[in-house]
Amino acid sequence: MLEISGLQVKYGEIHALRDVSLKVRAGSIVAVVGANGAGKSTLMLTIAGLLPPAAGQILYEAKPLPRQAYEVLARGICLVPERRRLYANLTVRENLLMGAFLRRDQKGIRADLERMYKLFPILHERLKQYAGTLSGGEQQMAAIARGLMSRPRLLLLDEPSLGLAPLMVQNVFKTVREIRDQGTTIVLAEQNAFEALAMADDALVLETGRVIVAGSGRDLLNDPLVRKAYLGIKH
Amino acid sequence: MLSYISGIITFSLIYVIAAVGLAIFTGFTGLFSLGHAAFFAIGAYTAGILTYFYDVNFWLALASGGAMSGLVGILIGYPTLKAKLRSDYFAIATLGFGEAVRVLLENLEITQGARGLPGIPAETTLPVAAGVTVIVLWVARNFVHSRYGRAAVAVREDFVAAEMMGINLFQVRLLSLVFSAICGGVAGGLFAHYVSFIQPSMFTSYLSTQLTASVVAGGMGSITGPAVATVIFIAIPEVLRVASMWRLVAYGLLLVAIMVFRPQGLLGFRELSWAGVKRWLTLGKAAGQGRG
Repeated sequence: MLEISGLQVKYGEIHALRDVSLKVRAGSIVAVVGANGAGKSTLMLTIAGLLPPAAGQILYEAKPLPRQAYEVLARGICLVPERRRLYANLTVRENLLMGAFLRRDQKGIRADLERMYKLFPILHERLKQYAGTLSGGEQQMAAIARGLMSRPRLLLLDEPSLGLAPLMVQNVFKTVREIRDQGTTIVLAEQNAFEALAMADDALVLETGRVIVAGSGRDLLNDPLVRKAYLGIKH
Repeated sequence: MLSYISGIITFSLIYVIAAVGLAIFTGFTGLFSLGHAAFFAIGAYTAGILTYFYDVNFWLALASGGAMSGLVGILIGYPTLKAKLRSDYFAIATLGFGEAVRVLLENLEITQGARGLPGIPAETTLPVAAGVTVIVLWVARNFVHSRYGRAAVAVREDFVAAEMMGINLFQVRLLSLVFSAICGGVAGGLFAHYVSFIQPSMFTSYLSTQLTASVVAGGMGSITGPAVATVIFIAIPEVLRVASMWRLVAYGLLLVAIMVFRPQGLLGFRELSWAGVKRWLTLGKAAGQGRG
């Protein structure tokens, strides 16, 4: 579905991504794992069209991906950005409707709102509340729901577990699985390596902009290097 | 006395048009422009030159002034907005643009340099200014409630999130800038045909600052707020004319007071409306009855 090869991204002199390659199969969950500053967010922002690649190729359904964020969204790729970035002074419902900005099918939008209430029952209770008054976990749910309102075929989730209580993290990951089961492909950037790898079909580990290991989620969970460095398991 | 009052009102209306234009840009996209006097000047000179040298119809000249300003708005907006300059950098770019235009006007042949254009036909009357103001307010209101206006607010609140929602940042910002430039140009055209003499030193950064101050003091995200603020800022120095030089101190104090006590501006992001005024009056009455 998405095929990245030889991707390089630079912030001025700083080389943020070096020669990153990644394949995303339709209907899978791909986890991008790494420490702070490894380049996870850079990768996500580049796919979403917010950062220009210095070199390399991003193919989406065998065609080069457009370089403007709004064009990328129109092709069916939506990023749920790090730290959620909800509109704090709009209500939850208004935030969800913002997600459908590019859509014109009123009926479909209404149906999708209902779908979101089923997927995130907590949001249904909070519809008229300002998004800024929600708890961190609820905000993350709202941000994911807002992303889904654009009906993406590929959803990019950047650190959905950031700043959430452990129970809430479980909740978010459970929802991520449900979304995949409903047919949306997912790329997940996470520091929470264990959870992310356990649920991923494919995964890669980034370190200072390079892919150091790649494979299936299960393989990586058992990879001695990954176990030591990211899962804190000693041998 | 009557002509003096109608003169002040006409003056206020001309500045209201420019301020409303700037409100659409600064108030709704969050980008500060410190060079809006340039659009005002371009409109004034384009319209003035057309009627002065070429005897063009006033209304046609006015429209040309707006169009020319809009065109220049695209010229300055395209590179700066495409490069996604952040607020302070953009403000400095517009500051330079404003000064560049003024210097250009001082040195061009057709603008007669610093001598200016004396004897432009005085076509702007109170009804003319009022009519144009109403049209501009109406268009501005429709713009704000359109898809683009809402997109502009989304951009102001969080441009990363807005981009993620599929909003074309560049298009929205450029569109508001061009609209705002056109308003500035039309206001300039009216100004030229009101004072009937224009020279480059009338369009310094002082004018730009005044417009920006009106928008901030009136409320970012409101159209009627900046309009009200403009009228107050024009009227106060006139009302206080008896206090001679102290009036400028009062003017400064007023600005400071507004920023301290109402940092969100006079109206915040709200609008003045008939329904709102009515509600306010009935509330006052109800409270009065309650007490009685």
